[in-house]
Amino acid sequence: MEVAAAPGVDEGLRSELSKQGIFTVKLQDIYNWGRKNSIWPLQFGLACCAIEMIAASMARYDLARFGAEVFRPSPRQADLMIVAGTVTKKMAPQVVRLYNQMPEPKYVIAMGACAISGGPFKQGYNVLKGIDRYIPVDVHIPGCPPRPEALMHAFMTLQRKIGEQTFAGPGRPRHLDPEAPSEFPVPGLGEDDIVPAKNEQVWEAPVMVRG
Amino acid sequence: MADYDPYQFLVVFLVVAVLFALFPLALARLWAKKFSPQKPGAQKNAVYECGLESKGSAAIQFKSEYYLYGIIFLIFDVEALFLFPFAVAFLKLPPGASVAMLVFILLLAEGLAWAWMKGVLSWK
Repeated sequence: MEVAAAPGVDEGLRSELSKQGIFTVKLQDIYNWGRKNSIWPLQFGLACCAIEMIAASMARYDLARFGAEVFRPSPRQADLMIVAGTVTKKMAPQVVRLYNQMPEPKYVIAMGACAISGGPFKQGYNVLKGIDRYIPVDVHIPGCPPRPEALMHAFMTLQRKIGEQTFAGPGRPRHLDPEAPSEFPVPGLGEDDIVPAKNEQVWEAPVMVRG
Repeated sequence: MADYDPYQFLVVFLVVAVLFALFPLALARLWAKKFSPQKPGAQKNAVYECGLESKGSAAIQFKSEYYLYGIIFLIFDVEALFLFPFAVAFLKLPPGASVAMLVFILLLAEGLAWAWMKGVLSWK
């Protein structure tokens, strides 16, 4: 099998070549193919969703099939942060700081009702109402807790998302964009609540429409 | 067949090995320069990577006295270990063995007395 960068190859020539055992592919596609099949998640569990995450990485569900079995204990070596569980307001600064310490390109899966919205603790005083208020989340998984299959579905969704990213233009990943920020502001514990309550760059409050 | 030094291939091997290691590094550096700009930051470059901010200095002073204390404990721990087989075989041993054991214990007791006199056992 040979691989060549061939953006200008027309479809007829491509199929003719593939009959001879020569596959032509764009450099962008092979770059993304490599990236999306070696996502290393951060070994980072916050609550009961982490148990499902562990189950997903073990033999029965076998996350290794997606090239994502290498859970890294250090943010420096991780590509993906799975926010697995309830993010309390005390934990939120640490989550954001860990995210900031991860190298680009980095992705986030918010796993479970708590991580995406606060879940059953939404009306409480001490749980963050969704980690997407501070860091850009790529895939949200609903469920309490979501089953390992749901996590796998999120992985496949993320792989599809990475596969569609381009080298240039608006669809490019953040690490190829010189303007994109690499660090997001870490909230601190204020007098009553964590401040700031949200990061304006990544989250805007949904507008409630009353019918 | 041409004349060549039998060690010539080692030189070739060395050069290829160094290039083999350096080429991907150079490629990655070029890639970073061309496509993926580096964006260092205070948090990204922070030493501690547990999510928490480190407090205070790592260069603190601590008491080294504890180690003397710990070594004395270790010595007497091992002494007790030697005493067990001695005690088990006590009735079958010749008198010379008992004398040897007595010397052993007295030596260690002398060490303990020395440490006591030096004030190692009192915690300051």
